[in-house]
Amino acid sequence: MENFPQLVPLVVFAPLLGLLINLVLGKYLGERGVGFVAVGAALTALGTALLLWMSLIATGYEPTVVELPLMPNWINIPAAAVDIAWQFRVDTLSVTMMLVVAGVGSLIHFYATGYMHGDPMYPRFFVYLNLFLVFMMLLVTGNNFLVMFVGWEGVGLCSYLLISFWWDKQNRPADPVEAEKYGTLGWRNSIAGRKAFIVNRIGDFGLLLGVFLTFWTFGTLDFYKPGEVPIAPRHEEAAVVEHEAAAAPAEGEGEGGPLAARMGVFNQAELLIEEGADVDFGPFSLPIDVVVTLITLFFLLGVTGKSAQIPLFVWLPDAMAGPTPVSALIHAATMVTAGVYLIVRSNVLFHAAPLSSAVVALVGTFTALVGGFIAMGQWDIKKVLAYSTVSQLGFMVAAAGLGAYAAAMFHLVTHAFFKALLFLGSGVVIHAVEHGHHHAHAHGEHAEEEDVFDPQDMRNMGGLKQRMPVTYITYLVGTLALAGIFPFAGFWSKDEILADALNVGFLEGRLEGYIAFGVLFIAALFTAFYMGRQLFMVFFGEPRTEAARHADEKAYGMQAMTRTLLVLAGGATLVGLINVPRGFWVFDWVIPNHAFTDFLEHTVVYAHAGSAQMLLAILAVAGGLSMIWLAWMIYGKKPVVQGSKDPLEVTPQTKGIFAYANARMYWDETYYRFFEGPFNRAAWWLADKLDWAFLHDFVHETILYETYNGITRLLTRPIDLGLIDGAVNGLARLIQAIAARMRRLQTGYVRVYALSVLLGAVVVVLLMLAPVLSDLLGG
Amino acid sequence: MEPTVFVPTDLYVMLSAVMFVMGAMGVLLRRNAIIIFMSVELMLNSANLALVAFARQWGQVDGQVFVFFVMTVAAAEVAVGLALIVAIFRARKSINIDEMHEMKG
Repeated sequence: MENFPQLVPLVVFAPLLGLLINLVLGKYLGERGVGFVAVGAALTALGTALLLWMSLIATGYEPTVVELPLMPNWINIPAAAVDIAWQFRVDTLSVTMMLVVAGVGSLIHFYATGYMHGDPMYPRFFVYLNLFLVFMMLLVTGNNFLVMFVGWEGVGLCSYLLISFWWDKQNRPADPVEAEKYGTLGWRNSIAGRKAFIVNRIGDFGLLLGVFLTFWTFGTLDFYKPGEVPIAPRHEEAAVVEHEAAAAPAEGEGEGGPLAARMGVFNQAELLIEEGADVDFGPFSLPIDVVVTLITLFFLLGVTGKSAQIPLFVWLPDAMAGPTPVSALIHAATMVTAGVYLIVRSNVLFHAAPLSSAVVALVGTFTALVGGFIAMGQWDIKKVLAYSTVSQLGFMVAAAGLGAYAAAMFHLVTHAFFKALLFLGSGVVIHAVEHGHHHAHAHGEHAEEEDVFDPQDMRNMGGLKQRMPVTYITYLVGTLALAGIFPFAGFWSKDEILADALNVGFLEGRLEGYIAFGVLFIAALFTAFYMGRQLFMVFFGEPRTEAARHADEKAYGMQAMTRTLLVLAGGATLVGLINVPRGFWVFDWVIPNHAFTDFLEHTVVYAHAGSAQMLLAILAVAGGLSMIWLAWMIYGKKPVVQGSKDPLEVTPQTKGIFAYANARMYWDETYYRFFEGPFNRAAWWLADKLDWAFLHDFVHETILYETYNGITRLLTRPIDLGLIDGAVNGLARLIQAIAARMRRLQTGYVRVYALSVLLGAVVVVLLMLAPVLSDLLGG
Repeated sequence: MEPTVFVPTDLYVMLSAVMFVMGAMGVLLRRNAIIIFMSVELMLNSANLALVAFARQWGQVDGQVFVFFVMTVAAAEVAVGLALIVAIFRARKSINIDEMHEMKG
């Protein structure tokens, strides 16, 4: 078991192999073959992760750093003291993430084999899915910020590729406002993919700056060097020894240099902050705690992009244009949690920067509120879940900001299960409604509905409980888990976050704790309400369309989907039990307390177990149940009938609020007005005025073109035509003139030639005889 | 055996000069191609005569040998020249040298 950690490259290379096989042979394998390869690759990764988990338990949770075979020096520039190795890190945090990614990922791969049935681009979809696994595994297994960044960018790329997977989808939105916005042809998926990519660029820019600053400050990007023990409060005995050993030789030398070879970022941060060192930036220097605050704030920008926090969350709801398995895997369970992982991984830095942590907490808190509020006013089944994801990510980020790293990771794990379950459930519903629509259409009814029918619009559903019992039961489990109802998974994790916020606020007396607790509690109530609304609108009442009446969960290929739902429902029910707080009722005797937190504490040095707040738990469950009851009163008791409006839309007291939520609080419009619009105008100005009018018309056409023409005219007329041609032509004319005179000599009469020969001969003879003749005459 | 009448070399040279001038005049003044041709032969032979005379004067055989070469070349020249004249006559029905002035510039 000691050698098991050496297997860790498999979690990256198994999906890589899978995607290469499908890339090259996908055309010939058929749907079953492609699915087998892709699911097999994911399962191999899952098996590897399980082995790693077992080896961690067997070896006493010792973290292991594994060098990538064949690649010992990834980036190594000795002259600049840059030495970044491509290393994998096996510790409790990375193994937790691996298990979530590979576990949920395998289930979703399996689900997608049914969901994507019949798609002409079937192999490509699984190539992308496996590619996503490759990058996500790189992200979570890297032992330094740069490998993590490679994964971070890679999952962004996969997100882009998969959102715009149906890039040519001719989608006409049912909502006239959206139809107006996107046009009837609606390259909605391409636009959504582009939006996700561009918004993420802003976040990635922040992360990259943070990574650069980290490197400048610490001279390395490794989290911990191989064999290094974290210096932290809970390792006090070990820390003293380690501390002395590490600090003694370092005293004479400045920070960065030799320390960087022995010590990773986090331990250096602990040491430097204790020393109160300054970081040299050439012309100026900053105290270490300011630098760490800056680094963490840059990281926060990255988190807001990838994990869809205020202000960069706007891409996530649009990303739901992609296929539903993608929404479940990338945009709910795994990729969007990368930001939370980043904060938890950097918990030493965030712990050392209270300001950043407070900002993180507030950002997360208000994201949770805003996401929950908007979700209450959406019609699209997946948009509701998307905003719910935004909201739940807000919970996690808020928890991480409050220092409740274990609670954040716990919620990440439970959320991965129940949100994947809900998304996949919604995928089944959409699939079934679409199927029902085709079925109804095949009978020649409602032909005029064809062009505007939206199978994702909850107004087109209703009464699916009887037609789709498996989906209904599992969706109910997911809903209760998300709403935080005892004993489902969401109850444990959300309650722990609320309890931690309460502790931070009322026990430690920090302002962000009070705010976070109050706001998150409201957001939790929102959660219960919008999930109740969705459940009652989709599954209860009477079917509102022919499509809903003909919906069917037993069509070909859907067995894979419903089976996945059952497995995930089991997970959503039970996964909360991994981290039951101490002193909670009967559970104290049955299940080990906060096992998950203990597991994480071996890596996340500032993680701490939450204590049970019995009163709070009762209050939260009561609040959730009452909100579901409220939703039942509004949407369930008197079901929405075909063609009618939302009850909140017609009630005068709630009309405005509902419209505000339905319009997504005008975030997109605000961004359009303040960023996109001015940007487009600036781009237009640059293109039309600066580039065309100034550069093209003035600089090129007037200055360059005219100058060139002037020079050319000068060279052409006087110099080329006059001087050069004059000389050449003049010479030719001269020779012509001479020749004209010379030709007269050529009379053509033989005797003239003969005479000239004779005369020539006479002359020659005379010349030869000249000396003789002169002798004769002279002498 | 001594020659009975010794003709001085001057006379040979003078005869040669007269023959050369006659040939030259013939080439320059006559229009008939054959006459001109004959005049050319006359000039060649005047040169031969002078060569032979000088050879005798100096008691060397170089001149004599040279004359044989000249006569050989002249024979070849005659063959070519007469062929040309026949060909020209066939083409033009005339051997008037003045009618052949295509080379006029």
